[in-house]
Amino acid sequence: MAFWTLFGLRKGSASTKWPKAVDDHGQQGVLGMPKVLDGVCAEGCEACIEACPTQAIGRKEGASQSGIFIDYGRCITCQRCVEVCPEPILQASDTWALGVRNRDELCWQAALQTPEATELGQRIQTRFRRSLHIRHVDAGSCGGCESELQALNNPFYNLHRLGIYFTASPRSADLLLVTGALTRSMLGPLRTTWEAMPEPRWVMAVGTCAVSGGIAEGGYTCGHGLDNEMPVDVYLPGCPPNPAAIIHALLLLVGRSSQHIHAGRLP
Amino acid sequence: MSGQIQIRNMLVDDLPTALNTLLATGGRMQMAYAWFCDGQPRVCYLAAPGAGQAFECWSVAVPSGGLPSLASIAPLLGWYEREIQDLVGIVFRNHPEPNPLVLERGEHTPPLLPGAKGVVMTTAPHALPEVEGEDIQELDFGPVRADVVESAQFRFFYIGERILRYQPRLFLKHRGMERRFQGLTTEAGVVVAERVSATASLAHALAYCQAIEDAAGCEPPPRALVWRCLLAELERIYNHLHYFGHLADATTLKVGQAQGRWLEEQTKQLLAHVCGSRLPMNLLTPGGLRRDLQLPDDFAGQLAALEKETRYYLDMLSDTSSYIDRLQATGVLSQQVAFDKGATGPIERASGLDRDLRRDHPYADYVMLAPEVALRDAGDALARAEVRVEELRHSFTLVERAVGRLKPGEVCSTCVPRPDSFGLGWAESPRGSLFYAIYLDQQTRLARVKIKSPSYSNWRVFPFTVHDSNMMDYAINEASFGLSVAGCDR
Ligand code: SF4
Ligand code: SF4
Repeated sequence: MAFWTLFGLRKGSASTKWPKAVDDHGQQGVLGMPKVLDGVCAEGCEACIEACPTQAIGRKEGASQSGIFIDYGRCITCQRCVEVCPEPILQASDTWALGVRNRDELCWQAALQTPEATELGQRIQTRFRRSLHIRHVDAGSCGGCESELQALNNPFYNLHRLGIYFTASPRSADLLLVTGALTRSMLGPLRTTWEAMPEPRWVMAVGTCAVSGGIAEGGYTCGHGLDNEMPVDVYLPGCPPNPAAIIHALLLLVGRSSQHIHAGRLP
Repeated sequence: MSGQIQIRNMLVDDLPTALNTLLATGGRMQMAYAWFCDGQPRVCYLAAPGAGQAFECWSVAVPSGGLPSLASIAPLLGWYEREIQDLVGIVFRNHPEPNPLVLERGEHTPPLLPGAKGVVMTTAPHALPEVEGEDIQELDFGPVRADVVESAQFRFFYIGERILRYQPRLFLKHRGMERRFQGLTTEAGVVVAERVSATASLAHALAYCQAIEDAAGCEPPPRALVWRCLLAELERIYNHLHYFGHLADATTLKVGQAQGRWLEEQTKQLLAHVCGSRLPMNLLTPGGLRRDLQLPDDFAGQLAALEKETRYYLDMLSDTSSYIDRLQATGVLSQQVAFDKGATGPIERASGLDRDLRRDHPYADYVMLAPEVALRDAGDALARAEVRVEELRHSFTLVERAVGRLKPGEVCSTCVPRPDSFGLGWAESPRGSLFYAIYLDQQTRLARVKIKSPSYSNWRVFPFTVHDSNMMDYAINEASFGLSVAGCDR
């Protein structure tokens, strides 16, 4: 006979104190979104633009010294651009917590700051002093985003400690968390779930598929991102975003963390 | 072109005899798919004559009236035929279940039919069996289910606690991933393969790369082969640990669930240290690895600690009578049904079918690593769990062996794809056999990629363990299969 209660007690708490304990996020070694460093491209080189499987890279006068910019809302962190770049311009980074309130913040913009987004954050913040209830809908994922979402309830991240819960019933949910490429067959159930939620309700697109279509974009059953279907309050790219990045984005929604990326510029 | 696969051009009329002979001599069918050769449709039936023998691609030209269905001889072909019907528009005559499978019902243009613009097929409406009678109740569950799970819909017909009939409705997540590859370079295709079913990202990248290497006739350097196995076994470890957390949860063993999840998390964190991503992605390329990897200094220590905790955890589980009792005699899958419907991986091995691609058709470094194959014959949820217990233990041993075989050296050799070539690659993923068949065009771009995923096989089998069972056991039975929806739907 096994004594699970004793076992559980003896194990004690494996829980991280992150984000309070700044470095204890558990993602050491994880490669994040690539960075665009200053530098001049080799004559006529478009290697990164051609290598990117999701058309995340573009060139625009002023976006960087070379003009190269990345739409992080389209990036699946495949690191191909970093590998093909012959100059030290595209570089791997450990930046992965890229939740934003405004989709434009993920892509290079000439002007910084979007004031309405800040205001929205404050409005949500006052409402969610206590707890947040989430209804998740898989609208056509590869299973990767679910694997990392399921991790949120493991003893390490222990989402409950932050007053955040997953709920089965859309009627008791504050937040609709959507993953996947938005296949045609899942649009109906997705909308029904959203409509069943009481107002005010919030929506978060998790994973590059949900943000912009991701690797499956352009497929004969797939969409181009959640904001074509419903208003979105927080966007979190990543393929898949790791559990700490998801926590960061959830806390961003309730005004308990701050955005790391502004107008497409990584910290 | 390929040493491990033989192409046999066949006439349609010879198919039934060939198939009967294959089955009578202990072989089996793996899959069937359609592709276009000089604009003409052909169907390939992938036959596996047995361990150590080359796979055979039985290739037939499709006559204008379609093909006869072979599902009555080899039932597992039924789903492949229906998928071809949906995606390419080839008709299979006398199909026992002619309904559409992967596409939304109604009018559509077959998405894998070249130049199909304007061709409109009206598929039969989605048909569910009618079950009528006094006291029979009907329950639709999903596609949005409780907690964080993948989307799929299930219909139950039941009386009281007893399930009379069970019908899953899958493919709501069908993303058309096979077509997503078309037109890409062989290197770019890896990134897509990894995201077909990300909880087996490495197995997919591996099977895909091996298919390209087969077509190109190239061989990765030894260090890359060892790394591929090492990563593949770490992927199996985190998946199997996830499985036990999930199974413990289904049997309401909360501490057991938490411990399984915690061990899974530790494995993912270890993977991040080793290769930069928690789900091993962005690592493989045709010809080897994209970059050399180094084991972290304390890798051996961390692995040993994880193995020790895992052993203790598995022992605790097998000492828990409430858990064992719920698994025993639940969801029995007979060897016959497992074979006929094409069960694979831990599921078939729990029903007495002794097959494992790592041993029977070794790839990468598995000849040297010599994996043992776990086998049970009870076919119930307990047997399925026991097979995974053993596999989990073996995987640690295989990782240790691989570490010992990791010698300094190159990690990538040149792999120049040949125009108009074909290749087949496979891997034993955590959930079972995975195949990639690839065709390159004249510019050596991907022209057709067919994926046979293990969950496609096992979802086909699963309902046969649910009909005539108890509502109470359903969640445990489903957990004991450890299925992926994304892998099935693609
Ligand atoms: S890392 Fe991102 S930007 Fe770079 S090639 Fe991959 S998807 Fe494109
Ligand atoms: S964002 Fe990436 S991990 Fe998430 S569902 Fe899409 S392909 Fe999978």
